[in-house]
Amino acid sequence: MLTISNLHAQIEDGAEILKGINLEIKPGEVHAIMGPNGSGKSTLSSVIAGKEDYEVTQGEIDFENENLLEMGPDERAHKGIFLSFQYPVEIPGVTVTNFIKTAINETRKAQGLEEMGASEMLRLIRENAEKLGIRKDFLSRSLNEGFSGGEKKRNEIFQMMMLNPKLAILDETDSGLDIDALRIVADGVNAFKNENNAVLVITHYQRLLDYIVPDFVHVLSNGKIIKSGGKELAHELEARGYDWVIEEAAI
Amino acid sequence: MSNTKYTEDDLRQDLSSRKEYEFGFTTDVEYEEFPVGLNEDIIREISKRKNEPEWMTEWRLEAFRHWEKMEEPDWANVHYEKPRFQEITYYAAPKKKPELTSLDEVDPELLKTFEKLGISMDEQKRLTGVAVDVVMDSVSVATTFKDTLSELGIIFCSISEAIKEHPELVKKHIGKVVPRTDNFYAALNSAVFSDGSFCYIPKGVRCPMELSTYFRINQAGTGQFERTLLIADEGAYVSYLEGCTAPTRDENQLHAAVVELIALDNAEIKYSTVQNWYPGNEEGKGGVFNFVTKRGLAEKNAKISWTQVETGSAVTWKYPSCILKGDNSVGEFYSIAVTNNYQQADTGTKMIHIGKNTKSTIISKGISAGKSQNSYRGLVKVMPNAEGARNFSQCDSLLMGNECGAHTFPYIEIKNKTAQLEHEATTSKIGEDQLFYCNQRGIDTEKAIALIVNGFSREVLDKLPMEFAVEAKKLLEISLEGSVG
Repeated sequence: MLTISNLHAQIEDGAEILKGINLEIKPGEVHAIMGPNGSGKSTLSSVIAGKEDYEVTQGEIDFENENLLEMGPDERAHKGIFLSFQYPVEIPGVTVTNFIKTAINETRKAQGLEEMGASEMLRLIRENAEKLGIRKDFLSRSLNEGFSGGEKKRNEIFQMMMLNPKLAILDETDSGLDIDALRIVADGVNAFKNENNAVLVITHYQRLLDYIVPDFVHVLSNGKIIKSGGKELAHELEARGYDWVIEEAAI
Repeated sequence: MSNTKYTEDDLRQDLSSRKEYEFGFTTDVEYEEFPVGLNEDIIREISKRKNEPEWMTEWRLEAFRHWEKMEEPDWANVHYEKPRFQEITYYAAPKKKPELTSLDEVDPELLKTFEKLGISMDEQKRLTGVAVDVVMDSVSVATTFKDTLSELGIIFCSISEAIKEHPELVKKHIGKVVPRTDNFYAALNSAVFSDGSFCYIPKGVRCPMELSTYFRINQAGTGQFERTLLIADEGAYVSYLEGCTAPTRDENQLHAAVVELIALDNAEIKYSTVQNWYPGNEEGKGGVFNFVTKRGLAEKNAKISWTQVETGSAVTWKYPSCILKGDNSVGEFYSIAVTNNYQQADTGTKMIHIGKNTKSTIISKGISAGKSQNSYRGLVKVMPNAEGARNFSQCDSLLMGNECGAHTFPYIEIKNKTAQLEHEATTSKIGEDQLFYCNQRGIDTEKAIALIVNGFSREVLDKLPMEFAVEAKKLLEISLEGSVG
């Protein structure tokens, strides 16, 4: 589904953040990328989504056999890539409902589909809001304006479920969540997951991976994946920290 | 196809080349000849062509004599070459007009114009329940629904007609809220106004439909000076809509209107404007000078509500105001002003609290893009007897790019210490982060800007009557539309 090969990316001032990433994600898989602060985790998610603050200097990203790097961020979204933001932005005066309605219909338009009917939209909203314990008054609030950290993340996952992407990238979705909210969000992700889509979890801590169980865990350090393994790797990192992996890789 | 960064510069670029002004066509109808320039003879001639009574001619002449002694104001935050008042034609009437009793008699060219403007004067409009008066250049050319309204005792006609048919009402109220000496443009308007709308809602009547006037400047080298007078008698209610467009022309066209509202005891008037005069081209050439005086007088327990969506005009100078004379009267001002390219807007309101327990609300949303300048100017004045007066003001500005300006000039004069005032102001910018967030959800940049702007303007858009809100949203999008996509 997603193939990243030898990806190098830098920021405006020329500092290289990603230094040769290789990653393959197949349908039905859950991957986790872990790593210390500043290792390039969030940069990787931004580059996949197409944020223009980063310049890709080398390498490729293919998504379902198409070159993602030639597409703008909106086109990537239309192809089925979703990013749950670490810091979702506020859009005053635009309600949660209006925003998701616009997102769905713009995506459908790009895919050559009719706009979604009001009754189907309503049914989907109701269904997904219920799964995430989102109350109706929440839906009429301005997007992310005055939301608590937990509400913002819950809203991100709500949008994910509404848009039903092929690949969902969760960037530090666990930060700012208390344990109950974490469980609700994880339940949402687990309900969304099936054999045709994939999830890429980016996290600093192992905590979230107790609830969203990965098939593969990758350690990112200084712009490179230095170790990959199964879900037990996450536990090892939790117990021993990152230093031993970094030292091991240096040998 | 963007793997390159979308910078502020790109954003500005995208915003700077707007879609062409949609209403820039001209209508080919014959006009009555009229000399250029302004003097007492010209004013007598205007009055004569309109078959006005003597008192009206005199009223105009007095206004003209005041005007001659006045100076064009220059305190507003706008810069433009002053119009040469002797080079303007002050009267332009489509020739075939004379006395229209039904739409069938309207010049087919005019009907086509209305169609292009999206005004259908037939059943369609009947279904939406909007009565329309159309003022082309200076003359009212068609008023719909007169009969339906007259059954309720509502008078809705051109002001010329009102001067002839209802002189007692006009004589009593004209110039009462906006005196002829009020300001330079109001004096000019009083001297030369050629037409406009008149409306009277009798005691206790709720006007069952939206009343609407559609203004259009067609003829080159003419000014438009329409005059609107709206009276809601005790306990009456009316919602009134006003729309404006003009053809694309290289020279600046002058529009100096006066609107007077009178809400007697317990009456309510809602006055909504969507102003889309030609704004000039991308280099700031041409466009309408919109110098307008709008004011309402609210008696006891009366309420006057101004809502405006200002997207057009090269220069706007406009302060729809409320004189809250009666106890417990309420004044509201909801405004969205959009400026792009080289447009300049200096707009706001005056709330004059005279009666006890009077209340006013001001919500102003300014959106600036391109190299435009957008100013809010407002006065809240509480007079000595206005015990318990209250005001809430909120002025928000949204900036796009680095070359435009947003300014706020709130003035406050309080002469009664029981007054309570609140003022809030914010300035924000459409951020790249907001655009990327929308993009990531599949919303392209152009649509994202429209969404953000609509969200920013929501509190005001919500105040518009429904059919108008849809039009206004579309207009906001067009005004800020870029070349993206």
